[in-house]
Order: sequence, then structure tokens, then C-alpha cells
Amino acid sequence: MKKSISLTLKVWRQAGSTEKGSFETYAVKDISTDMSFLEMLDVLNEDLTREGKPPIAFDHDCREGICGMCGAVVNGRPHGPEKGTTLCQLHMRHFSDNDELVIEPWRSRAFPVVKDLVVDRSPLERIIIAGGYISVNTGSAPEANSLPVPQEAAEKAMDAAACIGCGACVAACPNGSAMLFTSAKISHLALLPQGRPEAARRAIGMVQEMDRLGFGNCSNITECQVECPKEVSISNIARLNREFMKAWLAADEK
Amino acid sequence: MAWVLKFFVSSVGRKLLMAGTGLCFVLFLTTHLAGNLLLYRGGDVFNAYAARLHSLGPLLTIFELGLLALALVHVVFGLWLFYENDRARPVKYAVKKSGGGQTWGSATMPYTGVLMLAFVIYHLIRFHFVDKTNIPIYEIVKAAFQNSFEVALYVAAMGVVALHVSHGFWSAFQTLGAHHTKYTPIIKAAGLIFSMVVGIGFGFIPIYMRLL
Ligand code: HEM
Ligand code: FES
Repeated sequence: MKKSISLTLKVWRQAGSTEKGSFETYAVKDISTDMSFLEMLDVLNEDLTREGKPPIAFDHDCREGICGMCGAVVNGRPHGPEKGTTLCQLHMRHFSDNDELVIEPWRSRAFPVVKDLVVDRSPLERIIIAGGYISVNTGSAPEANSLPVPQEAAEKAMDAAACIGCGACVAACPNGSAMLFTSAKISHLALLPQGRPEAARRAIGMVQEMDRLGFGNCSNITECQVECPKEVSISNIARLNREFMKAWLAADEK
Repeated sequence: MAWVLKFFVSSVGRKLLMAGTGLCFVLFLTTHLAGNLLLYRGGDVFNAYAARLHSLGPLLTIFELGLLALALVHVVFGLWLFYENDRARPVKYAVKKSGGGQTWGSATMPYTGVLMLAFVIYHLIRFHFVDKTNIPIYEIVKAAFQNSFEVALYVAAMGVVALHVSHGFWSAFQTLGAHHTKYTPIIKAAGLIFSMVVGIGFGFIPIYMRLL
């Protein structure tokens, strides 16, 4: 098996949010197949720096697939072609020698490009601010057995809470909808007793904020769930719909 | 009352309207198909069915106006959603590949929708707002389908309907919050079977009438 590969990259370069961007072509050689995708970009950036050219800007932090900072669309697939993988955990062994890769930022009206592959995902934060929390007085931790949680509910809540807020669902959705993200955040609280008191206000608040920010609307196309690096399920979207209906039709919330 | 409006202009509220009106059309398609299958039993039976239907008088008018209202809601809200969805990605991808989530049906909903709207208008002009005083409806239908172009048009239109409903059926349940490990596969299968029954059921009528 060949241990290193050479690639042709077409990378979106854009100097700033108001600047016009375009694709630049780069040849990268002798990339170890043990490298991650981001390490491959690091190698290219070192070359660019040596040549006195501006390196490619891309977001990253943990490089362990848990922080949600990284992400780009590689040959039309958010976080690249591997299932359940963030870009930082995508390894170059999944590519072949002489592959041509087109690398673009998330495309969404709500996520303006900051620079090159970096987009502003603070709209996801705004959705959280609109209700993705519980209000409790801090103090000593309560007795654990005073709030029984069925194992199944805990599992489903954990599956929803696996969302790292990377925005791949928005990038993957043909409608640019943020429903998978919002539904994961609504679900992981709605499934637990601590989340119930504010469930109605949360469902209405978060959906209204999501609408206001200019995301598209869900058409149940399910591209989000297949591209989600944490494999968050669209069953959460159905739960969001139920929580939203309950909130408007049954609760006093307006 | 402002909350009612706020509910139905929210993204999820509008989707609920699409789902509710869409499922009403599914019921309509079922009854419409059941009636049209009587065409296979010849002119007398079909004309008698049409006469019985029209003897409902004002009740039939109420149903027709109801269908019109449902259609207006479904089309206006569908186009509104489509417009917003298109605007949500002003800069398109240079390369976009499906990860395997979308189907032909789900990827083409607004387009099949608009084609159906055009077809429904044509269909109504052809068979509904037509002078039936001197010729019975069976003869009108039969005459229309002597034209091969007309037959091809109808068969194609039914393919479009089947495509729309192949996604719409399941999607409506998901929008209404019905997602379940046991029932969702059944709902999806039922949607595919229903869309095939509709496509083949309606689609064969013009071919049969042509060959008659
Ligand atoms: C016999 C006629 C029709 C039937 C049976 C039907 C059925 C349905 C159903 C069941 C849905 C799913 C709702 C959901 O996703 O929750 C749907 C969605 C949709 N329909 Fe129709 N429909 C019909 C006509 C039309 C027409 C004439 C248009 C024209 C614009 C249209 C446009 C749409 C669009 C754009 C959606 C997707 C909305 C979204 O998910 O964002 N439909 N339809
Ligand atoms: S850098 Fe943290 S998830 Fe990729």
C-alpha cells in the first residue's frame, strides 16, 4: 500500500466577508495517508507561508472531533465523504493518489464567510440564547435519585446532546435549514425532567429565532442526518415539531 | 388571536399547513381514483356515477370550494417556503453531492408541485368547465384520449403526481411529529405503495381509453 499521496486542491479563497472570492488551485505532494485532512492543509499552509503567500484560513480547535469548530465541504460533502466523521478526524487514507478535491466553506445566508473557509456560525449561538438552557439556582448538587430518569430517555437525550454545533446540517441541507441543530438542542432538554418546566417557552423561542436568522425550512429531505458527524437523528426533528405544537396549542405561552 | 397567525407563519406552522392540506389531497386522490376506475366498466356505469355525484348539488359545491381553498393554501405556502429555501443559500456550491439522504421525490417537491398546478388547471378546463349539456362525460373523456399526445401528457402528469406523493406522504407524517422506530418504515412503505397505485391507477386509464 502506498504510504503517501499527491493531490490537486481547488480551495475557496476570500480575503474578507465583503471581498469577492474565487477558487485557487494548489498541488500538494507526498501527503502521508496517516495525516488528517487538517494536517494536510497545515502542510499546504507551511508551503504557502514559505512562498510568502497568505495561508488558507480554516477553523479548528480540538482536532478530536468533539468541539465542532472544523468543517468544510469537500467534493460536495460536508466534512468529506466519510460517515460520522468531522473534517479533523477525516484521514487522508480515504483518498487516492492524484485525486482532485474541491474545498468550499459552508454555504448559508445565515453563515457569512469571514475568510476563506471560515464562516460566522454565531447564529447557532443565537438559537441557544433564545431558549437552549435551563434556569436553575446553583448550589450543592441535589441527591441523584430524587429525579428518576428512565434509561431510554437518558439515552435519547444523550444522542441528541452529541450535537457539537458544527453546522454541517445547515451546509448539507438543500434548503439551508437549521432544523437538525435546533431539534437536537430542544430534544436533549425536552427528554429530561429538568428541561420540562421551560419546554414550551424554549420550543417557541428557539424556532422563532431560527426563522428570524434567515435559515431555510425543513422539507424532510434528510441530507442533514446522513452528513451529521455525530449521526444525530431526524427523529429529533419530529420531536421538535411535537414540542412546538404542544407549546402553541396546549401551553399558555404566546 | 395574534398567536394563531404567529403559529401559522412560523416555519413549523407553515409546514404543518403543507402537511395537513397535503394529506387532504391524498384522501381526495383516493376517492377520485376510485370514481375514475369506473371508466373501465363502460359509458353507462361511468355516466351514472357522474350523475349521482352531481345530484349531490350544493354538497358537491361545498366540497369543490373546500378543495379550492386547500389548493390555495398548499400552493401559496409551498411557493413561499420554496422562495425562502432558495434565498437561504445565496451562494451555491461549486460541487454538491448527496450523501444519500434525498430521493428523487424529495429533491423535486417544488418543481413537481408547480407542474401539478399547471396540470390541474389544464385538467379542469378540459373535463370540468366543459359544456356537458349535449354529450355525456364518458364520451368527452373517450374523445379526448383518442389523441396520442393527450394520452402521453396525462401519463406523464401522473408520473409527476406519483413522484410528489412518494415523498409528500411520509414527509407529512414526519412534519406532524409522527416518527417512530416501528411505524416510520411502515408509513414510508405505505407512501411508496400509495404513490405507485395513484401513478399506475390513473396512468393506465388514458392508455386503456386510447386502445378501446
Ligand atoms: C394532488 C395534489 C397534491 C398532493 C396530493 C400534494 C401532497 C403533498 C404532501 C402530502 C406534502 C407533504 C407535506 C409535508 O412535507 O409535510 C406536500 C408538500 C409540498 N407540496 Fe404538494 N401536493 C399536491 C399539489 C401541490 C401543488 C399543486 C404544488 C404547487 C406549488 C405543491 C407544492 C408542494 C411543495 C413545494 C411541498 C413541500 C413543502 C416543504 O416541505 O417545504 N403541491 N404535498
Ligand atoms: S476541530 Fe474540534 S471537532 Fe474538528
